[in-house]
Amino acid sequence: MELLLDLLKAFLIGGLFCVVAQILIDKTALTPARILVLYVSLGVVLTAVGLYAPLVEFAGCGATTPLTGFGYSLAGGVKKAVDEKGLIGALTGGLTGTAGGIAAAIVFGYTFALIFRSHPKK
Amino acid sequence: MNTDSKSYQKYAKKHAPKSPIFRDCVCAFLVGGLICTFAEGLYHLYLFWKLPEDTVKILVPCTLIFLAAFFTGIGIFDDIARFAGAGTLVPITGFANAMASPAIDDKSEGLVMGVGAKMFTIAGPVIVYGVLTSVLYGVVYWIWGLFL
Amino acid sequence: MNVIRLKHAPSVVGYASVVGKKEHEGPLGADFDLHDDAGTFGMDTWEKSESEMQRLALNTALAKAKLSPDAVKAIFAGDLLNQCTGSAYGLLSFSKPFFGLYGACSTFAEGTMLASLMIGAGYFDVCAAVSSSHFCSAERQFRFPLEYGGQRAPTAQWTATAAGAFVLSAEGAGPYITEVLPGTIVDKGIRDANNMGAAMAPAAVDTMKKYFEDTGHSPDDFDMILTGDLGLEGHSIAVEFMKASGCDIQNVYNDCGLLLYGAGTQDVHCGGSGCGCSASVVCGHIMRRFQKGELHNVLYIATGALMSPDSLKQGGTIPGIAHLVRISSERI
Repeated sequence: MELLLDLLKAFLIGGLFCVVAQILIDKTALTPARILVLYVSLGVVLTAVGLYAPLVEFAGCGATTPLTGFGYSLAGGVKKAVDEKGLIGALTGGLTGTAGGIAAAIVFGYTFALIFRSHPKK
Repeated sequence: MNTDSKSYQKYAKKHAPKSPIFRDCVCAFLVGGLICTFAEGLYHLYLFWKLPEDTVKILVPCTLIFLAAFFTGIGIFDDIARFAGAGTLVPITGFANAMASPAIDDKSEGLVMGVGAKMFTIAGPVIVYGVLTSVLYGVVYWIWGLFL
Repeated sequence: MNVIRLKHAPSVVGYASVVGKKEHEGPLGADFDLHDDAGTFGMDTWEKSESEMQRLALNTALAKAKLSPDAVKAIFAGDLLNQCTGSAYGLLSFSKPFFGLYGACSTFAEGTMLASLMIGAGYFDVCAAVSSSHFCSAERQFRFPLEYGGQRAPTAQWTATAAGAFVLSAEGAGPYITEVLPGTIVDKGIRDANNMGAAMAPAAVDTMKKYFEDTGHSPDDFDMILTGDLGLEGHSIAVEFMKASGCDIQNVYNDCGLLLYGAGTQDVHCGGSGCGCSASVVCGHIMRRFQKGELHNVLYIATGALMSPDSLKQGGTIPGIAHLVRISSERI
């Protein structure tokens, strides 16, 4: 039962993040690339002011999976590194916190680029 | 055509058919929500398999990235995204697709200047601005700490 | 007087069209000479596929004209790729004097116009006009990678995978290129690359108005007025503005971007675009209807949007152009 509730919360919050972006795409001249940039930066800012961590606590992957969650990891990494190492942590923390995701995207992107070729759109 | 540019631009904007925003939002909500639900399910599954929580937190997005890159490779990611819109864009799957799709496409320009360089044409700004804001946050956080 | 009436109107002695899968599945499918469902035309990159389409189109047009490649004195060709490499590689094997053109989607009319003027002036007796576009190579260059998951705006147009070729000769039984009207660059400040129809429609209206003012003809003197590829959006803007200026073209007006794909059945939003769109419609569908005697007098007005990905990123507007070519079954 608790599992179901967790899934439902992830569904609702994750879906809402997407709806906001969809409205921005349809109603403004913002390109998808700009929206991704906006989301990542917004994730850092929301984490910095302490709003995002409670959301992650509540929605789990519903908050970490959208790109704002990428910003959350960046900010979380920076905070941890600054706590441990001082100012230099501001430079090292962000990419440390997101290293797994970035490396995975590079490795899998590269691997599948070797295997597949692009198809004409339907 | 005697209309001046300004009024023509206004006219063209008004004339253009609008995006079906309600349908777009429903699709984005459902698909985006389902991707996050799937991620949450994975999270619980990995924990159930007794993996340490720190590993699971990295493994879940990596699994999504793997799947998104794979679906990009076999050519169905763009078919789903055509309907899902922000539903596939906003989750980490959109980031993975933005890295994998130019890599696959630009293989014809070689492994270094094609795959290696073009991989970041769309996803690069996300990393650049994410790192910039996070470093800024780190500096502010450090200064803040000096006064506490 | 902007309209040039060709005293020695050249004859279209050969024409051919080559298309991809989606175009072949469209309502004009049966009118095209060659098609490849994979869209690769046996090549390993999309750019080479586009070049191959140009080669096939010209080869087929020459065969249909029963002319050897040696008869061609000059080729006027263009495409959408950077530095017009589609044409350069595709037409390399003909080793003929070559004029590379860039008129975006208006290139085929531009090439036909220049070839006709050269023949009319007596410098060459046989010329070819060729142009092409390929959905995959254009998407890569102008928009996103093919596998990128994006949504298309409702006003977006679909770059046709298509090529067309004309072989024009001083001698021949027609149809003839009887009048041409070179377009001027018109920019009404549209910046939305997803709404090319609105960006190009003012240029089409400008050219049409000049033509009717100069010649005193009315739209009903023609079997068809055919714009290049304004698509659904540009088509209806053009109709409205022509009507507002007292010239109702609705009865005879059509657009290549609308003809090429099935409305509603094929997911192309506002219709087709690209250098190959109007080239293949004219070299396939329209010329066949001339041959069958269904058409005698057509105004073909190809429109082009003269922007680049960089000009758009710099916030530039999209200038449009529309070149007019009159195709008639008799010399006038």
